[in-house]
Formats: sequence, structure tokens, C-alpha cells
Amino acid sequence: MSIDTRTKKTVKSITEKYKYGFTTDIDSDKAPKGLNEDIVKLISKKKNEPKWLLDWRLKAFRAWTKMEEPNWSMVKFPKINYQDRYYYSAPKPKKKLKSLNEVDPAILSTYEKLGIPLEEQKRLAGVAVDYVFDSTSVATTFKDKLSKLGIIFCSFSEAVQKNPELIKKYLGTVIPYTDNYFATLNSAVFSDGSFVYIPPGVRCPMELSTYFRINAKNTGQFERTLIIADKNSYVSYLEGCTAPMRDENQLHAACVELITLDNAEIKYSTVQNWYPGDEKGKGGVYNFVTKRGACRGNNSKISWTQVETGSAITWKYPSCILQGDNSIGEFYSVAITNNFQQADTGTKMIHLGKNTKSTIISKGISAGNGQNTYRGLVRIGPNANNGRNYTQCDSLLIGNRCGAHTIPYIEVNNQSAKVEHEATTSKISEDQMFYCRQRGLDQENAVSLIVNGFCKEVLKELPMEFAVEAQKLLGISLEGSVG
Amino acid sequence: MLKIENLHINVENKKILQGVNLEIKPNEIHAIMGPNGSGKSTLANVLSGKEGYQIKKGKITFLKKNLLNLEPETRAGEGLFLAFQYPVEIPGVSGMNFLRTTVNSVRKYNKQKELDGVNFLKILRKKAKFIKMDEKLIKRSVNTGFSGGEKKRSEILQMSLLEPKLAILDETDSGLDIDALKIVANGVNNLKNKNRSFLIITHYQRLLNYIIPDKVHILSKGKIIKSGDKKLAIELEEKGYEGIM
Repeated sequence: MSIDTRTKKTVKSITEKYKYGFTTDIDSDKAPKGLNEDIVKLISKKKNEPKWLLDWRLKAFRAWTKMEEPNWSMVKFPKINYQDRYYYSAPKPKKKLKSLNEVDPAILSTYEKLGIPLEEQKRLAGVAVDYVFDSTSVATTFKDKLSKLGIIFCSFSEAVQKNPELIKKYLGTVIPYTDNYFATLNSAVFSDGSFVYIPPGVRCPMELSTYFRINAKNTGQFERTLIIADKNSYVSYLEGCTAPMRDENQLHAACVELITLDNAEIKYSTVQNWYPGDEKGKGGVYNFVTKRGACRGNNSKISWTQVETGSAITWKYPSCILQGDNSIGEFYSVAITNNFQQADTGTKMIHLGKNTKSTIISKGISAGNGQNTYRGLVRIGPNANNGRNYTQCDSLLIGNRCGAHTIPYIEVNNQSAKVEHEATTSKISEDQMFYCRQRGLDQENAVSLIVNGFCKEVLKELPMEFAVEAQKLLGISLEGSVG
Repeated sequence: MLKIENLHINVENKKILQGVNLEIKPNEIHAIMGPNGSGKSTLANVLSGKEGYQIKKGKITFLKKNLLNLEPETRAGEGLFLAFQYPVEIPGVSGMNFLRTTVNSVRKYNKQKELDGVNFLKILRKKAKFIKMDEKLIKRSVNTGFSGGEKKRSEILQMSLLEPKLAILDETDSGLDIDALKIVANGVNNLKNKNRSFLIITHYQRLLNYIIPDKVHILSKGKIIKSGDKKLAIELEEKGYEGIM
């Protein structure tokens, strides 16, 4: 995929200012500030949830009150007052929505500014989009086409009403409600998210996509996504995120659970470009995400691809539990930190089944005062005969004030395993810059070109529409990092 | 086209160029020869705008513009091209993408319509064929893992795509075998026209058997000590630098 000049033009048209820095003025239906059992009950009631789900939330809430915020990562931030936040906010619909025509025009125009089309002819042609606006799903397209194949793709809340048996069977089975501070918080107060079920033998004919967007002031966003690929099925899922500019730090603690049964495959791609804060480090989103997939079935595969360019803080380790024999886990990551952004991201590959394979390719780019940490665990269990892992971590530094850190954990409990780890750290050289400039590229285009080359192995894993957007984002994210 | 007047350049307070004067008119080929350390590459780098050189005195006019005030990319846009002595590797960036990005950057600077993929490929294929450059090489990452000869050939390909007004070749002949040398010379000769000039920096007279220069200058200790026509290069080959100086 080439960074053609048209792309560059688009990048140029987006000035130093964060493009998505606007807010939509719609009435929000908000719960009072703070977090207690009543709020949890209120959320559950608003969603008309069955009792078992409320009980699950309450168990999580009680567990959370006994937990401590983790402090082992490389990210530093002021103490968060969890009681000074709203835990539920939904755009107030005038009436129940039957079609896209009934969607609040303010919301539609927000999506227009973001460049997200609501209909298939536009940019993400061929993509069914389940929009999550703040915490409530606004509109879902392509439902008919998908439902004919037996595919369920809807908001999490809707799935709770329509497919409670699937939710009950799988929710929390990959990320238990006691998993970690942020996942447990999410389990207690999650407001909405996406649900996908691909029935046995079905290959989902289109990329499924969700755009998350944080909008209401001081609203923590607690998305919950659950994707199940039943036997012999395949799905590719895209998650894209943008948020408007805010001075207050916004908290985001999402959970994503993926499950693949025998011979099934899930490809999960993320482009995250939430507000990173300004050049002085003011504002920006705190992104504490727990993403985990379980390859339950034999010969199943889960592949994570992420391009993380936004957020003031990214704390995220999309992982794979390779339970089924011959199952495969992959993690492809690009993380950029510019100005005062901090990222502590990586993966865990837990090999339990025999002949399980995992691949980790991580590209970290630090500029400005950015701090970028790769943290990854490769564990080969005692029964994981012939487990294989290949890890490659490359860091690229731009300027003299940024940092790159690589923290790999490797635990091998089986003698037949093979684990490889390669790591490099490099700087964009003055010679490379000069070479590009002598050929007519300005500094920013030169950096963008070199960085895109550096990330190529990861970018090629992205579906096409995303790859183009991701390339633009790399350029935007690094604006002002040289010269 | 290009006029250098009394150019003094220091690198880390060391005097490298000490009063260089040179004028190149359109449609001329100039060769600069000189021993190691005479300041040949410094001159090429200063002309193309590389950082790290202190301009102590002097003036460079390129197409009526004050060259020293322009950013490197602006100089490229104005039509100045440097074929590097040591072309740098850019891993992960395919040659195809790089070439098209550079060509379109320069076209954009000159307010010309940018080339789409199809049209660009047509032009690229034609030019690559002329200098016998394998298309597979163009698909690989820029200069990455190229042999010395492949790198130099790639520079000539870029030159022919960018169609500069002034092309500076910094020891493009070094490390080339006789066949590659002929291809490079052929590439240059093919680009000759009345609006284009060349400045060829070389150690050896060899290249000048294939590219006939209008003027030959001998640079020594930061100054042009002798200028002449093509015969000067031959004389130099016979007598050596010591003999001439």
C-alpha cells in the first residue's frame, strides 16, 4: 500500500489541531456521579437485564472495592478519583429508533465530521457498522444480510435481551470478573458494546466494524465486546476509535473477549486515535483495556492487529490463550507516543495445547517526550509439546527526549518448545532524512514515509480500508516531531 | 544556471572550501576532479543543502535564486538533483512507492498534475528498461541490500525520473564495473538537453571517456586550481595530481 500524494494531501489538510476536537450537543441521560451498588443496579435496570447478570455485576463491584489500582506498568498519571465520574450516559432518543433516518441529526453530523459513513456506498464500503455513541448503540446496519447467514452482530445490550443464553455461556469466561482492577471495574459498570456470534461453518462475508466514541463530559467509557466464532467459522472485526478534545482526562476501561472453537478464526483489528492530550501533555484519554482471546478449539486461530496512535496513556495487552491443539495466536502492533503520551502495551501468549504457535511483531515509535514500553509474556505450559513462539520487537526513536523500553517475560515449562526473541532499537538517521528531502519530500512527509516503512510488517496485516487510514494517522500523530 | 562565487565552507571550524568560483551554463557538462580530501563531496553536499556545513563567505545562485536560502526539498523542487556517493537504505519503503512519492512531490512543487499509479508505472518501466534496471529491484525496499552497482543504477533511475535541471553526480562511477559504467554514462547522455546541466564529481578520468565534459576543473585544498577542457582530464590521468599541481 503506497502513501500516495492524495493521502499526503489529506494529512496536510488536517492541521496541527486534533481533527476530531469537537463535541456534539445532545441531551445525555446520565446517572449521578460516583460509584456504588445503587449505580450498578441502576445501570442494570436501565438495560432491563436479567437477575443473573445484575448479580454478576454486583460480584464484580464487590471484588473491585477490595482491589488496588495496578502500579507495575511504566505509565505515570495523577491519582484517579473514581467517585468523581459518571458511570452511565446515553444519548436521549426522542423515540425508539427503527431506522437510520430516525437517528439524531447531531449524531449523524458528528459521524460525518469523523468521516464515518452510515451507508455502505461510502468509505467503508462493504462494512456493517455498529456505532456506539458514548455508551448506547445508535444504529446497526447490514443486519438483514448477516442474519440470513445466522450471524448475530448487535449491541451488547440487545444481545442480552435476544440471546441471553449465549451471553450467559460465554461472558467472563475469558476475562473473569476478578481478572484485574480495570477489567473488574468494567464488569461492574459496563454500559454497552458489541456482540458477535458466527455460527458453525459460516465465513462472515464482510468486515464487521464498530466505531467507539467518547462524548459526554467526564463519562468513563466501559465497553464490553464479546465475539464468538463457532466451529469452522471465520470473522474479521475492525474497531476504530476517535474522541473529541477535552481538557479533563477521560477514563476508558474496555473489555474484549474473543472465543474460537474448532477450526475457527477471528481477526481483530484496532486503530485507536483517541485524543492524546496537547503538546504540553494536558488532557487526553486514559486507555486501560483488557483484551483477551481464547483459542478453545483445535486448529483455531486468533490474530490481533493494533495501531495505537492516540490516548495520553495506553495500557493494553491483547492476549491469546492457546488451549486447543495446533491453535495459533498472533499479535501485530504499532504504538506511537509523541509529545507526552505514554504507552505500556504488548501481549501474552499462553501456550497450553500441543503444537501451538504464536507470533509477536511489535513496532514502537517514540517522539517528543513520549515513552513507549513493550511488555510481553510468552508462557509455554508443561503440556504444550512443540510450542513455538517468534517475537520481534523493534523500537524507533525520533529526537532525544523520548524513551523506548522492552520488557519480555519468557516462561518455558516444556523442553520441546522453541522460543525466539529479537529486539532492535534505532533512530531515524539524518542521512535517511536528507536523502528523502533531496528528492523533494518535506520533513514531515519524510518522517511519515520512513515510519510507514518501519511499520510495514504490521500495517500489511490490516484490512485495506484500515491500512489507508492507519498510514494517515501515523503521519498526523508524528506532526511536529521533527524540525 | 549555477554560479558559485568565492565560497568558503568550514566543517567543525576546519576550513574545507576556501574560495571556490564556478559557473555552469545550461547544456554544459562540468567535471570536478581532485584528490581525496580536496572538498569535492563537501561542494556537492553544500549545493544540495545538507546540514553541518558552516558557510563562512560566498554566494551561490541557482536559476536566479539565492540557493543557500532554500531548504533541501525546495532545491529539489527547483530542479537540483544529487546522485549520492553512498545512497542510504530505507527499510520497508518499496522503491516503487518511494519513486512515485518523490516524483509527485517535485511535480506538486512545480504545480504540475501528480501522476496516478498507472501513468507513473508506464514511465517508470520505460526508464528502468533504458538503464537495464530489473523491475524486481524497484519493488524491493529502497537501496536495502543492494550491491554498490545496484545503488548507483538506482540513483540514475531516480535522476531520469525527476528530470532535474542540474544533476550533480558525486563519485557515481566509483565501484562500478565497465558495463555498469557504460550504462550510467548512457543514462546521463540520454538526459542531455539544452536546458539541463551536469556537474560530475570523480576521481578518475575513466567516466569522462563516456561522458564528454565541456569543462574540467581540478579542486585541490578547497580551491579550483586549474580549469580546462576534456584534455585536462587526460593530462591529469598521465601526470597525476602532483604533476599537474
